[in-house]
Amino acid sequence: MDWHFTEDRPIWQQLTEQITLLILNGEYPPGSRLPAVRELAAQAGVNPNTMQRAMAQLEQNGLAAGSRTAGRTVTEDIDVIRAARLERARAAVSQCLRILEELGYSRADALAIIKEELHDE
Amino acid sequence: MNELLVTCTGLTKRYGNKPALSGVNLELGRGRIVGLLGPNGSGKTTLIKILCGLLQPTDGAVTIDGQPVGPYTKSIVSYLPDRMYFADWMKATDLFDLFADFYADFDRAKAMSMCASLGVTPSDRLKTMSKGTKEKVQLVLVMARKAQAYLLDEPIAGVDPAARDFILNTILTNYNEEGTVMISTHLISDIEKVLDEAIFLKDGQVVLHNGVDSIREQEGKSVDALFREVFRARNYEGGNF
Repeated sequence: MDWHFTEDRPIWQQLTEQITLLILNGEYPPGSRLPAVRELAAQAGVNPNTMQRAMAQLEQNGLAAGSRTAGRTVTEDIDVIRAARLERARAAVSQCLRILEELGYSRADALAIIKEELHDE
Repeated sequence: MNELLVTCTGLTKRYGNKPALSGVNLELGRGRIVGLLGPNGSGKTTLIKILCGLLQPTDGAVTIDGQPVGPYTKSIVSYLPDRMYFADWMKATDLFDLFADFYADFDRAKAMSMCASLGVTPSDRLKTMSKGTKEKVQLVLVMARKAQAYLLDEPIAGVDPAARDFILNTILTNYNEEGTVMISTHLISDIEKVLDEAIFLKDGQVVLHNGVDSIREQEGKSVDALFREVFRARNYEGGNF
């Protein structure tokens, strides 16, 4: 896994997002054990405290559970994962629409372009 | 065990008339990785040398684990100097013997395994090693101790970018969890993501001491970008030629 960080936001937020993605796309399946904080931190080349904070956020979002001693696991609640996945998808679509709007396309034209692109594939 | 690992109060150092540190107040907790950041001549090395007991402050006080700098603090501080101080006929293994004699917390087995993972042959003599390899040997010596404070003066300046990542990873995976690591450097973008806190030193004074995440949250920019802003060189503005 490649980790990417941008300049403008805290690193722990970006870590949370990237690990979330791995949960949503099934790389870490529901109920599976997540690697230890230190191990993940070494992988990403970040400070263990930063990774700890990212994992705490993951727990707060309901995507992971567990303690530091027993290890963390991905939630088994498929509905939570599904909801988070849909939320990500919606965000991606609205971002796409915003860009098209900035380019001056109407909603109808935007939809036409998207349909065309789908047929091409 | 004292909650605060390092405290400096009104710490001042003058070399003759020339001030190097002017009234530095600083508190460092445990289990942190701290960047000591500042341009050349801002006082980074002076501060670290005072914490090691290599320099005496002109004024002010320092404690490490609640004690003034002395034999006890030296036993819990692991120091990576900004230059090599070993005789070049020595082998890395000779240095391990030396460190095992000097420091009760030196872990020889750990030093050997770190050498293996850094690609250093411990039976080589220092004079046959490249600059980067020598730096790696020094880093091994320093990180193989189970110290409370690791003071690393420019640990990544002499090595290529790929080795830099490797060295940072070595620091990350080998520091003692109750220990605090202080890394002085001006190569900020390379080390930013391993830091908990950043200290900006300017003309011998602390101008900023904050969490790296807080800096990004409050400023909306990286520590590197903030550094460039704080320390932007002024254009030369005067004089007719």
